[in-house]
Amino acid sequence: MSVLEISGVNKTFGGLKALDDVNLQIEEKTVHAVIGPNGAGKSTLLNAVIGKLIPDTGTIMFMNQNMIGLKPHQINQLGISRVFQTPEIFADLSLMENMMIPLLAHRDGEFKLAAWKRSDMDSEIQDKAAHFLEDVNMLEKAGLHAGSMSRGDKRRLELAMCLSQDPKLLLLDEPTAGMARADTNNTIDLLLKIKSRGMTKVIIEHDMHVVFSLADKVSVMAQGHVIVEGSPDEIKGDPRVREAYLGGAEV
Amino acid sequence: MHIEKFTPKSDIMMVLIFSAVILLMPIWLQPLGAAYPDLMQRFAIFGLFAIGFNILFGQTGYLSFGHAAFIGVGSYTTVWIFKLFTLNIIPAMIAGVVLSGIFALVIGFICLRRTGIYFSILTLALAQMSYNLAYSVLTPITMGETGLQVEASDPRAWEAPLAEGEVPRTHLFGLEMTDLGGLAGFYICAAFLILGFYVALRITRSPFGSMLRGIKTNNTRMAYTGLNARPYALAAFVISGMYAGLAGSLMAAMDPLAGAERMQWTASGEVVLMTILGGVGTLVGPVIGAASIKYFENIFSAIDGAVLSSALDFLPEAVLNVIVPVLSLFVGKGWHLTLGLVFMLVVIFLPGGIMEGYRRIKARFSKADAE
Repeated sequence: MSVLEISGVNKTFGGLKALDDVNLQIEEKTVHAVIGPNGAGKSTLLNAVIGKLIPDTGTIMFMNQNMIGLKPHQINQLGISRVFQTPEIFADLSLMENMMIPLLAHRDGEFKLAAWKRSDMDSEIQDKAAHFLEDVNMLEKAGLHAGSMSRGDKRRLELAMCLSQDPKLLLLDEPTAGMARADTNNTIDLLLKIKSRGMTKVIIEHDMHVVFSLADKVSVMAQGHVIVEGSPDEIKGDPRVREAYLGGAEV
Repeated sequence: MHIEKFTPKSDIMMVLIFSAVILLMPIWLQPLGAAYPDLMQRFAIFGLFAIGFNILFGQTGYLSFGHAAFIGVGSYTTVWIFKLFTLNIIPAMIAGVVLSGIFALVIGFICLRRTGIYFSILTLALAQMSYNLAYSVLTPITMGETGLQVEASDPRAWEAPLAEGEVPRTHLFGLEMTDLGGLAGFYICAAFLILGFYVALRITRSPFGSMLRGIKTNNTRMAYTGLNARPYALAAFVISGMYAGLAGSLMAAMDPLAGAERMQWTASGEVVLMTILGGVGTLVGPVIGAASIKYFENIFSAIDGAVLSSALDFLPEAVLNVIVPVLSLFVGKGWHLTLGLVFMLVVIFLPGGIMEGYRRIKARFSKADAE
């Protein structure tokens, strides 16, 4: 059964066709990688899924519900979490508070006026926050400012924040972009660790090592549309993929 | 950098220490020459105003330039209840806070459609509109430039009307503001300040407080985390509007008249200065900032050349003749100059305000202890 069904999605930015009749089906409980050269429309596609931008035409169905026109927070409440290319965390707050906010959103919904309760007495939220920080090996840093951490740590924190919401669909936008080698390997280990968990994952990645060690299925995008789809092995040998990446030059 | 950890116990200690400092003001302010009831009332009232303002500005990150409008609503409502029903301050203050809350709901609903500078401009525009309305169209309610006063001809349904020429005395179930050697009014203001401080502390420690800080730090993440930021920001706006309304009500309760000058944009700007001077986002900072500015306003403005000369008369006359004219520029009518200098120094060297200075000193001492 497909969790996410993107059909006929188009998006034009001032004459530039960023998404050109994109069709994509994400099967339940798989890791689906979307690869392609810069400017192929991968991030734009994710932006359309999470409601950051509205496609000109087409439908995006999540668990058989049309998501076009829903607000970002409504889409998240349906069970879609996204890790951004540049980590989006609460830089001025402690790691613990960074974890509490998504957990509260998951438990209490999009708005709840709990102004008289003490957060530090809410053991359910506190325990879960500690558990998910432990999950990414950051529990000992719980009291630190999120903004003071390395990029790799910020990325791991953001991943923990998304995982804590127990999403049905997790979107990962270049989780190893701009990372040092050691950090990249840590991140791959972490992603392998969460691979076995039930949620469906869509991963955008440049690093082929990451893609081929994680993905069950790969879609290749170029110039706004999906050109090839298949298993990692099929994609490796496909001449059209080489062409998309190398611009058709003879090698 | 580690973030300080607070427990229910440490919070109770903080409230107790805060209460003690506030309630003992008539004693420890004496050497500073500020222990007279009228000024201490102003410390408490503006402290309350700044605490509430900080919930919106310091915690949520929305800089309003129109909060004086809620002071006006609180003041006018309170005086109207004095006129129509009773000089007991409690019903009048309840009405003042409720009405300014409703007013804040409307203003906030409009202004929160935008963020950043556009939000600030919208609040400024709406507050200036309210100010001008109070002087023009709304004159039947506000009495325009004369100001709204309690008069003998008022109906006062729940109390005997004033005799001709009698001075209206507001009271708390019989306790008049001038009782206890003039300190009754101050203690009532102090009680509201402590209550307001405690409420702000509870909000800071609550899940709601986390959401407000989340909005300030990263509004994008809030939306993609499934949170609807608008109602959270609106709730913060209404709460801070009610604090401002309470401050306005207290002003009218201490001295039963209301004028539109309280709503002028300078008053809205002043609370921004207070919060920044004391420490944006801290609990105690805004109160310290408010008290500092009111202290400058009242004490420095009262110093003139003669006072300076007599204070410095141990110096040789030649030096005195040079120093006194220079220093005179900074006192009396020039107190704004001193305040401006202090404000610049704080913003440049202590961007976290007086509270950051306190934290730095504390850190230096604890380091010295460890060595």
